Amino acid sequence: MQDIPWGVLVILLPVVGTLACFLCPRRSVPLGLAAALGVVVCVAGLGWQVVEQGAQRYAIGGWGAPLGIDLYADGLSLLMLAVTAVVGLGISVYSTSYFEPGRSAFFWPLWMFLWAALNALFLSADIFNLYVTLELLGLAAVALVALAGGADALTGAMRYLLVSLLGSLSYLLGVALLYHSFGSVDIAILAHRMEASPAVWTAMGLMSAGLLLKTALFPLHFWLPPAHASAPTPVSALLSALVVKASFYMLLRLWLEIFPLSNSAPGQLLGLLGAVAVLWGGLLALRQTRLKMLIAYSTVAQLGYLFLAFPMATSIAWKGALYLLLSHALAKAAMFMAAGSILYFGGHDRIADLDRVAQRLPLTLAAFGLAGVSSMGLPPSGGFIAKWLLLEAAIRTGQWWWAIILILGGLLTAAYILKVVGYAFTQAEVTHEARAVPVPMEWAALALALAAVLLGLFAPWPLALMEIGLPFGVEAAR
Amino acid sequence: MSHVFLYALVGVGLFTLGLYALIVHPHLLRKILAINVMGSGVFLVLVALAARTGGAVPDPVPHAMVITGIVVAISATALALALMLRVQTETGQARLPEERIE
Amino acid sequence: MTPMSMIENSRQQTPFRLLLIVLLSALATGLGYVVLSLPLEDPGLSEQVTAKLVHSGVSNPVTAVLLNFRGYDTLLETGVLLLALVGVWSLGGIPQQRSSTRPGPVLDTLSRQLVPLLILVAGYLLWVGAYAPGGAFQAGAVLAAAGVLLLLAGWLPGARFSGLPLRIALVTGLGIFVAVGMVLILLGRRLLEYPPSFAGSLILLIEAAASLSIGITLAALFLGGRPEVESRR
Repeated sequence: MQDIPWGVLVILLPVVGTLACFLCPRRSVPLGLAAALGVVVCVAGLGWQVVEQGAQRYAIGGWGAPLGIDLYADGLSLLMLAVTAVVGLGISVYSTSYFEPGRSAFFWPLWMFLWAALNALFLSADIFNLYVTLELLGLAAVALVALAGGADALTGAMRYLLVSLLGSLSYLLGVALLYHSFGSVDIAILAHRMEASPAVWTAMGLMSAGLLLKTALFPLHFWLPPAHASAPTPVSALLSALVVKASFYMLLRLWLEIFPLSNSAPGQLLGLLGAVAVLWGGLLALRQTRLKMLIAYSTVAQLGYLFLAFPMATSIAWKGALYLLLSHALAKAAMFMAAGSILYFGGHDRIADLDRVAQRLPLTLAAFGLAGVSSMGLPPSGGFIAKWLLLEAAIRTGQWWWAIILILGGLLTAAYILKVVGYAFTQAEVTHEARAVPVPMEWAALALALAAVLLGLFAPWPLALMEIGLPFGVEAAR
Repeated sequence: MSHVFLYALVGVGLFTLGLYALIVHPHLLRKILAINVMGSGVFLVLVALAARTGGAVPDPVPHAMVITGIVVAISATALALALMLRVQTETGQARLPEERIE
Repeated sequence: MTPMSMIENSRQQTPFRLLLIVLLSALATGLGYVVLSLPLEDPGLSEQVTAKLVHSGVSNPVTAVLLNFRGYDTLLETGVLLLALVGVWSLGGIPQQRSSTRPGPVLDTLSRQLVPLLILVAGYLLWVGAYAPGGAFQAGAVLAAAGVLLLLAGWLPGARFSGLPLRIALVTGLGIFVAVGMVLILLGRRLLEYPPSFAGSLILLIEAAASLSIGITLAALFLGGRPEVESRR
């Protein structure tokens, strides 16, 4: 059991799933679901391995860094893999009913590619390999957005593609500078050989700029709302919950493990931009008339919170940001899935015309409500724990102004969530033809929303997992 | 300054020129070409600096990286071109619409 | 206003363009300075590669890095290529821009003479990649050129080939790569850890499957959409 390379299986299983779904499009739904379940099992296996034996390093090809590529599984990557697996399973279940029968032939291979890219990204310990996985991720995401067809989705996808390629190229130039400065692309070796030099600062700037573009931090967020709102609902959920988090994860690894942060100016800048994102995204979300656009702007706002950890840079701050990442992934996926169910039900997603959704789709509204609870940061959800940790970090480091941002952001979130919930109880002027929402769609959304709340009740376990291996295990030693 | 650095500087120049063209030109085909030029710039930097081994064979790892990068760039370009054609079909022109709300 | 649409407003173009030029010139200068600040001589990983080259199964260092030391990158990269194809296919059928006129005499004759030659060159490049510049991607690119030449001359794959057989051909490269990796794991080795005596043959096998797939994938990408499939229901 312990010798099975779960990490490798986690990456290869979705690839096998892709090939199978591409070769047999008529059976792509059962094949895709089977692959999803398989990945969940493999992630559990890897989790067991990491908890028992500590952080795992796997030398592909037997060569080992710097000549070969290493896979590295510690608490952080395990948590990312776990949330991807849970959200992925939920979305897979949702998608079995979302698409018209026979119309999902290309969704499943693309979705499996996306999952493989995410898993490969979270396990990679090599910055050039990270570039390849980042490109795989970006192309899969763009193709999935474009599946919706129509002018909005296609232009949103095109803009997303250009932005994604720009970000990757900037990142790659940074990789080139780092390799030619230190002679390796392995993260651990770079951390060992790191010394401040103009090349390192430039590489840091280039790589951060590219990754920030992909994580849609203000003011580089302009591409996100059109792409996330016009994509098919399962894709919107995937993008907001997982894809933008992947580039944030990379940024976190690079900043914590490789780059020497002698002064805090870059961190303060990121925190400032994050604060603006929280307020700007929240205000714009309030102004939206369409539900999916509201949720997309909510993503912009919530992503801003993640960057508040950079100026504080203590262990508690990082844990808070990570916890927010995990709860947001679950809550946002649930929210988009609920919105998709509402869209399916009424044929539109105009907030003002929600037409008594509360009575007619109680499960869906419950899912939206619970996800909203986590987004607002109310107890006992994961979002509450995350904001609590961030508040504690802000007060302990004496940077109390971030606490104000957290509170204001929470108020804005409450405003737009409650606005939607309020309209869900009203009757529309013109009653619309309603379609019955398939059971898997409603339950998948509710399950993920419940998971976001459970994350708050069972907080000690994920927090303990974060301690395993880098970068937080090393934090104490710095 | 060794001649190797000349190639690397050209790569930097291509990267910047491509970035300018990407931002300035509204037509999608030009944006896609600009991305390709930027990509070529980065690859040039990678490969040029690999020749600094001092008389021996150049460092093969950046060469392999660039081969990988070229394949990735081709794949991305192909997807971008197909997407551009669909945008053209749907909206009548190969441009991104101005955003209505920021 | 986004940066991109800011520039497109014709009234306010010039000042923003000037500002952009100034900023980008500063960026270029900074990057240039940084590049020049790198040491004049730096072996990078060339020494490690040379040391382990004998165990890699090939004698061309680039092929060794690409298919053995960093073979995982190559695996993912064949995935990226297939992904692009699936993405293009998901967007729709072949755009209707093929002219129905017969190809001119030059194209007609050249394609008939060049295509077999190109296939031969591709095979040679695949074989020679083990000890001289060449390999799967180079061979695949030449194969793709042959395919593109055929498509330009008006040839289209027959409807019977465009269904499952085409998909199998496209999937072979990545499929063989993953299969070899998995078999090695089942044999108790690590992913892509070739046994030293079989390394050369395994690399050739993977490269052969990959060049076929790469060639067909690139030619199919040139088509720009999903080909028509004859339905036999």
